[in-house]
Amino acid sequence: MRYLPLTDNDRQAMLAAIGVASIEDLFADVPAAARLEAPLDLPDHAGEMEVERAIAGLAARNLSPATAPSFLGAGAYRHHLPATVDYLIQRGEFLTSYTPYQPEVSQGTLQYLFEFQTQVALLTAMDVANASMYDGASACAEAVMMARRITGRNKVVLSGGLHPHYRETAATFARYSNAEFAAAPPDVEGVEDLGAMIDGETACVVVQNPAFFGHLGDLAPLAARCAESGAVMIVAVTEVVSLGAVRPPGEMGADIVVAEGQSLGNPLGFGGPYVGLLATRDKHVRQMPGRIVGETTDVDGRRGWVLTLSTREQHIRRDKATSNICTNSGLCALAFTVHLALLGSAGLKRLAAINHSVAVRAADVLGAVPGVEVLNDTFFNEFTLRLSKPAGAVADKLAQRGVLGGVPVSRFYPRESELANLLLVAVSETNSEADIAAFAGALEALL
Amino acid sequence: MSEMKFSDEHEWIRLDGDIGTVGITDYAQEQLGDVVYVELPEIGKQVKSGDEMAVVESVKAASEVYAPVSGEVTEVNETLSDAPETVNADALGAGWFVKIRLGDPSELDKLMDEAAYSAFTAGLG
Amino acid sequence: MAATSRTPGTITGNRGLQIEEPLIFEQGTAGRTGVDLAEPVPGEDRLGGLAREGEIGLPGLSEPEVMRHFMRLSQKNFAIDSGFYPLGSCTMKHNPRLNERLARLPGLADLHPMQPEATVQGALELIDSLARWLKVLTGMEAVALSPAAGAQGELCGMMCIRAALEAKGDARRRVLVPESAHGTNPATAAACGYDIDAVANNARGRVDLAAVKAKLGDDVAGIMLTNPNTCGLFEDEILEIAEAVHEVGAYFYCDGANFNAIVGKVRPGDLGIDAMHLNLHKTFSTPHGGGGPGSGPVVLSGGLAPFAPLPFVVHGKEGFRLVEHRGRSEDEGLSAIGRLKGFHGQMGMFVRALAYMMSHGADGLRQVAEDAVLNANYLLAGLKDVLTVSYPGPCMHEVLFDDGFLEDTGVSTLDFAKALIDEGFHPTTIYFPLVVHGAMLMEPTETESKASLDQFIATVRGLAAGARSGDAAKFHDAPKLTPRRRLDETGAARNPVLRWRPAPDKAAE
Repeated sequence: MRYLPLTDNDRQAMLAAIGVASIEDLFADVPAAARLEAPLDLPDHAGEMEVERAIAGLAARNLSPATAPSFLGAGAYRHHLPATVDYLIQRGEFLTSYTPYQPEVSQGTLQYLFEFQTQVALLTAMDVANASMYDGASACAEAVMMARRITGRNKVVLSGGLHPHYRETAATFARYSNAEFAAAPPDVEGVEDLGAMIDGETACVVVQNPAFFGHLGDLAPLAARCAESGAVMIVAVTEVVSLGAVRPPGEMGADIVVAEGQSLGNPLGFGGPYVGLLATRDKHVRQMPGRIVGETTDVDGRRGWVLTLSTREQHIRRDKATSNICTNSGLCALAFTVHLALLGSAGLKRLAAINHSVAVRAADVLGAVPGVEVLNDTFFNEFTLRLSKPAGAVADKLAQRGVLGGVPVSRFYPRESELANLLLVAVSETNSEADIAAFAGALEALL
Repeated sequence: MSEMKFSDEHEWIRLDGDIGTVGITDYAQEQLGDVVYVELPEIGKQVKSGDEMAVVESVKAASEVYAPVSGEVTEVNETLSDAPETVNADALGAGWFVKIRLGDPSELDKLMDEAAYSAFTAGLG
Repeated sequence: MAATSRTPGTITGNRGLQIEEPLIFEQGTAGRTGVDLAEPVPGEDRLGGLAREGEIGLPGLSEPEVMRHFMRLSQKNFAIDSGFYPLGSCTMKHNPRLNERLARLPGLADLHPMQPEATVQGALELIDSLARWLKVLTGMEAVALSPAAGAQGELCGMMCIRAALEAKGDARRRVLVPESAHGTNPATAAACGYDIDAVANNARGRVDLAAVKAKLGDDVAGIMLTNPNTCGLFEDEILEIAEAVHEVGAYFYCDGANFNAIVGKVRPGDLGIDAMHLNLHKTFSTPHGGGGPGSGPVVLSGGLAPFAPLPFVVHGKEGFRLVEHRGRSEDEGLSAIGRLKGFHGQMGMFVRALAYMMSHGADGLRQVAEDAVLNANYLLAGLKDVLTVSYPGPCMHEVLFDDGFLEDTGVSTLDFAKALIDEGFHPTTIYFPLVVHGAMLMEPTETESKASLDQFIATVRGLAAGARSGDAAKFHDAPKLTPRRRLDETGAARNPVLRWRPAPDKAAE
């Protein structure tokens, strides 16, 4: 078998060196009742060609956004990934290396993570960031726990503009703690006022910008209200490309910023693996969960990097850890770092500007279709349409016509009948004028 | 200034009037390794004997420091925030953590004297 | 005179192929970009006055400069592709490239998670296939695929246990955890609101059955064991432990990090386990990627299955569906604990793991476990007379030594590990588990050849002899031949510098 270097001769020689007659002697501790004798109901080994055929067959049964006009967002966004990114992350020294616990032989990983942390801090306009988390939703849940540690309080206010997966994940993580969640209703019009929900027992307020329904808001007044009450303001960003065009949370008074980094460097991948970002102010750095890379020098006085502030992590603190998190999203963070290194500030700003201008164009074209109303005055590259018919069925029919036309809000809020006609439409630099026309035409035919 | 007393969690206390100066022992700082950060309580905090009072972090461990007696925190050693290494260099002197106004001086009787503490750490191996 | 990386004596400070590479922030030009993008169409924006103003501060580099930068960084890393990583409890096996090719197939890599289900039936079937493989291999009734990594899987399993107890109106307070457990175990139990009660090992390196029984009571929610355990030993009293745990109405959680020792030969379901997380990035060959991403599915007993998190895939008459919200029946997620992350799980790792399983097949996976155990015992046989074996008898897929053999040499486990680096090996796991002094935990995996193991054994024997003959200085100085020598971790923690900042006079640019 191609992945097993040992030959039968090797095995015999090794058993002899060990001093046992058969491999089963080395499994002697397994209770007899638990030893598998009958073969498992699974196929035997297969060569590359057979495995490829089987899995390619499964792939072929899916409608790929690369082959159809595609306007899907809701927390994961289709962007063009430069060829260089995938090449670099496949280098064996990145792909097959381990967590950098031995820094002398991991300076490559440690340096790119330090660059990643810097990029995230700059993008979000915050002081410091960690070396990534699993995804935006779990980063958000961790930020809520961090805010509760910082304030010593238990009440959590969730904006109606926060992505429903982030709301649900934060609640699940806190299920067996003393946290009390107050979730504002879905903020379809982008007009919610959370002020009344904040008091002296509030640990944090979690908002999203651009919000789930696409609206942009100035968070500075909310930040002031939070500061008044001693609450932490957590801002979530699900589309990081927006940070090339929209005022960043760090300039609006955020205490903690969490984000989904998937848009940069990482394919849609049917939902994962993605990369969570978490950034904060200097004063909270020791409460920040996850891995963190710090700069230092070696015995020769040369600059290098190491994992640091580890005493908050599970492998040292155990039951008193800030989090049980162990891995970060290493390779996905590298992809993000490479893509952003290629873009630079100028490229990111231009990419963001293109996204916004194509989205504006799409909103105007779609809004002109009878039976379609654009709900947003403000948006970055995603906005909400109110259709004259339930959006779930419309989206299914659009797909049958070969258009991946938006995500129905009912996919996230199945029981809220007042949201049944809402469709989230995301647009990116990958959408052409022809795509928009195809979408508009198909929509017109259906409504 | 009276003699030093020791807890089995490796804190020391030295009484002056009704104020006790508290720190961690040489044995503790050696076990921890290079101290990188100390988290001290707020002045005015009321502690009971055995309460978690402070945290001391090294590169490889983070440990709670417990109040050896009950009382009110009157002072904390601000120099430890810029120079946490003082704990390693002079654990029994300049590396002190907090001063407590004792609520119940009789609690000192429950602590070990120097000889008893030496025997205690020798037994830890 | 032995070469060191101290004095390359070159003008650049470079040392042949080893390049001193600055940060991207110390290179590049403002305004430059390495991506060609069209001119945006001018027009008024809909940003509501919230346009970003001012500099972001990211450097501008061309494609060749970016390529060269990250290539140079890669050359400073050790990797499975280049050498042996005998890291106990990490299972550093070969990462097959077929997995990478298939994960990148159009129709898998580019699917949006929220596409209409009718357009992703192949993807949902793939998830369902993976689920089936995991259930059959483990002999368990259900599997939760969404946890993003092992630690999240542990959280998932323990939350299911707590949910199951609360559904019976039987909330409990304590969880038993061996002293030898991985740190994520007690951290997870604490995150579920439990008090941790540590259980000692016996002299044979296993959890002490009598100690477990003494601590069991009707306030115990469960026990968290690892099997084989973190000392590399099979818990031979596991059936008795499971029985005792179940008798008091508690649950048995198993940390499946060491599944590589028993895959295809023993089913956790046959051991009385109620929940176990698997690490796809350990047993099932998905790449470690410098620290992630991982994937930590959790196999569950029938009793815990109703509490599995959302979402999950079901196979109905009309095809495959995702259950994303709590429905009316247990099959529809009525009792689910909730959602642990966005979307459906680490799909990219599912594709890789399924490709691996299909490549090995049931027969091959059984051989994987046998070769993994054989390789570890071969290391034990080759080293037991020069290192200190912590526990007697054969080991499973990993072998535990401690620093007894270094007594009075002035060489620590850490020093010994650093010396291995100069020899071209990644160090073993060190100082874990905590139950022995100066632990060295070695896991070769099945993808190491006999020749590779022979070279490692010879090297370790040589180093041990060197330590015992008084050559402590060599160990204290190690490593000498790496891109950086020992780094000041104390300084890094005392004065954390966690990002690059522009020099003050440049900040205004």
